[in-house]
Amino acid sequence: MLSEQEKKEIKAVASHYPMKRAAGIDALKIVQEHRGWISDEVLSQVANVLEMSATDLDAVATFYNFIFRRPVGRHVILVCDSVSCWIMGYDTIADHLQHRLGIGFGETTGDGRFTLLPNVCLGACDRAPVMMIDDQLYGDLDAEKIDKILASCD
Amino acid sequence: MEQPLTQNIRPDRPPLNLAEYADAGGYQGLQKTLTQLTPEEVTHLVLESNLRGRGGAGFSTGRKWSFVPMGDDAPQPKYLVVNADEMEPATFKDRLLMEGDPHQLIEGVIIAAYAVQAEIAYIFLRRCYVTARKRLETAINEAYAKGYLGRNILGSGFNLELYLHMSAGRYICGEETALLNALEGKRAIPRSKPPFPPVVGLWGKPTAFNNVETICNVAHIIRHGPVWFKKLSRVPDGGTKIYGASGKVRRPGAWELPMGVTIREILEEHAGGMKDGLTVRAILPGGASTEMVTPVHFDARMDFNSLEEVGSRLGTGTMVVIDDRTCIVGLMSNLMHFIAQESCGWCTPCREGLAWVAKILKAIEQGGGESEDIDHLRLHTRLITLGHTFCALAPGAMEPLQSALTYFEDDFRRHIHDKRCPWR
Repeated sequence: MLSEQEKKEIKAVASHYPMKRAAGIDALKIVQEHRGWISDEVLSQVANVLEMSATDLDAVATFYNFIFRRPVGRHVILVCDSVSCWIMGYDTIADHLQHRLGIGFGETTGDGRFTLLPNVCLGACDRAPVMMIDDQLYGDLDAEKIDKILASCD
Repeated sequence: MEQPLTQNIRPDRPPLNLAEYADAGGYQGLQKTLTQLTPEEVTHLVLESNLRGRGGAGFSTGRKWSFVPMGDDAPQPKYLVVNADEMEPATFKDRLLMEGDPHQLIEGVIIAAYAVQAEIAYIFLRRCYVTARKRLETAINEAYAKGYLGRNILGSGFNLELYLHMSAGRYICGEETALLNALEGKRAIPRSKPPFPPVVGLWGKPTAFNNVETICNVAHIIRHGPVWFKKLSRVPDGGTKIYGASGKVRRPGAWELPMGVTIREILEEHAGGMKDGLTVRAILPGGASTEMVTPVHFDARMDFNSLEEVGSRLGTGTMVVIDDRTCIVGLMSNLMHFIAQESCGWCTPCREGLAWVAKILKAIEQGGGESEDIDHLRLHTRLITLGHTFCALAPGAMEPLQSALTYFEDDFRRHIHDKRCPWR
């Protein structure tokens, strides 16, 4: 069941739009903030609150990169794979991350600590190559820097 | 050299708060708008200034606003949407403006909304711009507290609610009609045009739609006038432009410069030239949908018309610099992988065609290309064009590919002949 807090936050953001369903993305992000990901059950409950069908809401949810329909690790690593980062050494850092974490893209480490995802341009091309972990941007990456950053995550 | 857009931006400190922004001359454009100008006069000033849309298309901002129905018979409510979904590869100019001077954007939003008499405005912000989000939220709250947003702004009778909408990450949302669907809570697929958003937009109501950098110019135009604004530029398009460069240059970054500086000037004076031992082979002037420009054209000016004369487009104006150690086939493979992945899937040429192009390029890059692949790629650049697709995403993506095949066909042939990437 959605918590009272979640319902309250969804209701507040729904007031920004003339129609409830417009708050779909906001609502899913609110719930994801609390639970880490969106299960089928939670998706149905959010759809109920927004007075739309679960299928309709899922069509929206699956359209976006940042609505997680499967469980993710405590830290989600987004590695920019767009053109400037590619020129500046994306392949090397992507290999290093996969080797260091022992997982491929789209996977989560066995201890539930990290999920590794590719991401389109993070808009920090002057600091390429870049990645983002838990809303924090890291630029001018190399193997040594990546190891330090990973070590600082609990 | 005047730099109105970045005059308050310092990388070593947080942005100006409302009081500091006002001390620096901020919100004077708003005061003037609400006390001295009619909505039509605001639109006229912007039209006179030759401000062209900074999202990439370069459409006249004043003309765009003039399409919005005005007067008592106009459908209500009207909307203003700011496109802050900056996801174009190699583009980071709007982030700089939103993080660096959020009140400049908000002041522009209020003036623009007044010009079209919109009473609700949304800033559609991309998910990854977390710092911009925090700073905009703070600034919006300050503007409400000061009475610059909300009911009866500065006693003028004009009302405006401004909401920050944080998206969830999808490139196609930058396409204006897809963005409208996204805001309505639908799958973000583009809508057919006409009708155009200024007439039939968000929830079927008239909707003005502008890029962040475009809106940031508005308060300066009102405060200093169109003559001043046009003088900022070296070409007939008014104003300055946030240019940028990334790739293997000495000083990658973004700079506010007069509209119409040359490619060479940006590359050599501002980006500091190439890193040691590297030579530039080409640039992509402004994102993944702009044709390559080679060094013979580096004296071309970076403005909307001049770049068209050398077969490209300004796009977002933040260039990717391609050096001689970077494989152009690999770079095309990267771009087409991106664009195929970001296709919304709505129309067949885009959904199927781009995936096919990406697959061919990957095969060539990995040594599995065949001689007829080049013809297949060329065929796709002719088939995936405006008129065959629902929106401009896929045709735009064909622009860099088409230029790569024109300028660097030999690179493709070498991959196919050697059965490997010669750059590895």
